[in-house]
Amino acid sequence: MGASVGLRAGILSLAILLIFGAAWHIAVSSGASSGPAMDPEYAKLMGITATSGKSAMPGPLDILAKLGEHLKRPFYDNGPNDKGLGLQLLYSLGRVGLGYFLAVLVAVPVGFVIGMFPVIYKALDPFIQVLKPVSPLAWMPLALYTIKDSGKSAIFVIFICSLWPMLINTAFGVAAVRKEWINVARTLEVSQWRQALTVILPAAAPTILTGMRISIGIAWLVIVAAEMLVGGTGIGYFVWNEWNNLSIANVIVAILLIGLVGMALDLTLARIQRRVTFPE
Amino acid sequence: MSDEKYISIEGISRQFAAPGGGKTTVFKDLWFSIPRGEFACIIGHSGCGKTTVLNILSGLELPDEGVAIVADKAIEGPSLDRAVIFQSHALLPWRTVLGNVAYAVTSRWPKWGKAKVEEHARAFIEKVGLKGSELKKPSQLSGGMKQRVGIARALSIEPKMLLMDEPFSALDALTRGTLQDEVRRICVETGQTVFMITHDVDEAIYLADKIILMTNGPEALVAEIVENPLPKDRTREGMHKHPHYYAIRNHLIDFLVARAKSFKSEIPADYDPKRPPIVRPVASPQPVPPPNSANGTAAA
Repeated sequence: MGASVGLRAGILSLAILLIFGAAWHIAVSSGASSGPAMDPEYAKLMGITATSGKSAMPGPLDILAKLGEHLKRPFYDNGPNDKGLGLQLLYSLGRVGLGYFLAVLVAVPVGFVIGMFPVIYKALDPFIQVLKPVSPLAWMPLALYTIKDSGKSAIFVIFICSLWPMLINTAFGVAAVRKEWINVARTLEVSQWRQALTVILPAAAPTILTGMRISIGIAWLVIVAAEMLVGGTGIGYFVWNEWNNLSIANVIVAILLIGLVGMALDLTLARIQRRVTFPE
Repeated sequence: MSDEKYISIEGISRQFAAPGGGKTTVFKDLWFSIPRGEFACIIGHSGCGKTTVLNILSGLELPDEGVAIVADKAIEGPSLDRAVIFQSHALLPWRTVLGNVAYAVTSRWPKWGKAKVEEHARAFIEKVGLKGSELKKPSQLSGGMKQRVGIARALSIEPKMLLMDEPFSALDALTRGTLQDEVRRICVETGQTVFMITHDVDEAIYLADKIILMTNGPEALVAEIVENPLPKDRTREGMHKHPHYYAIRNHLIDFLVARAKSFKSEIPADYDPKRPPIVRPVASPQPVPPPNSANGTAAA
């Protein structure tokens, strides 16, 4: 009774988490021994943890322990195959940040021009429509061939996947600026440049930020896959490396952290978006 | 000459692409002039091109033929000398009241410092009765208050003339009345030259010195120019008691109801588009009209 919706929702969330954790714990600690007999060849391949009694699938308590371990020393570096999770995340964030930043530099001004001139809008539309649905990873071989550097290729892939939502949203936002606002500026003899900065930009800002928010989400999805392909460093590489090490616990910890970082990125842009949105 | 014909519309016409190809002429060969310091209203049905005439005067549109002249200069584009008050107030929603007015002030005097701009803007916000709301956003204001900001913004650039596109049509009757009073007071005080579009006959009688009647479009014409016979010091409360009030009111309504449509089919032989007839409707001299009078002033 009386408790706010927020509080009740919070309690429910916690309950769901506990039930899920408990179910997971029970499933892992009882399941393995009663499972079907393993093909002996496959058992040999999987090693001791998978075959002798206990399940290779870690329980929630193992994950928590692993997470604690990582949180205690997030930035250690013991050579190429053994780096702290924090360090790996920083590598990924660096790539996403750089590729995304370059995409903003290209997409916002180009989108602005496209939005302001209907002829350019129409002329470029078929190219955008064809290139937009291409999976960014399909660009990888082309990038590797032309750039000849796997690190830069990953950044290029982030760039190309961040580009489209921002470009389309900026163009749309600029094209949809109310005519009467432009007319106000025109009757005040405001120069084209000042019109762009003082009327069109603030009027289109909420739409532009929507595009930027979609882009950062896609970039963070794509970086994991790109790093699995490129290798070397980053959270995507970490996930694949730990799969090769058969450390499922590490994979699950990484999944959790990828989700948390993605959420943080989205919330940051949502906050900026709220600041530029105006009620009418 | 420039005072008598401060604004001079000389033979303008405007065409738009028609939906099925070809072109529609909204109006053609339009002539009229407004002396300096006069308040002129234009009345006509939707589609006769009133807003287009206003856009041409503001410089947002150019005529296809003819010229619009202000102070002996042909209009070639928008100018800070001619301020526009938009029907939909057109405030920039991301700026505060002060920000909206200050935007106009800095456009007018780009070299002014921030403090001077703000002081000037505040003075005009006060003039329209919005003191205390300077830091509110347009979304926090009522319709009447938004239009007051629009008026403050237009006045703040100290224009040589005001162009108003049905500025009060979106407001409730009570707000409309007070805003009309204030606009009239400010215009009389400052001797503004004003061109205003309206649909409201009483608004035109109250505010205008001269009312331009346009026939229905397409190919609309200026049918006649009506001089307001009411005294300059008329008030909204008292004007309907003036003997000439019903004469002009009936004349205008009669035009809107019947003649706006029929005028083109029965154009008088002496009609010259360059000199549309000037009419000054006054009450007939006899105090009591005969019982079965078929006088044209009883159309309402």
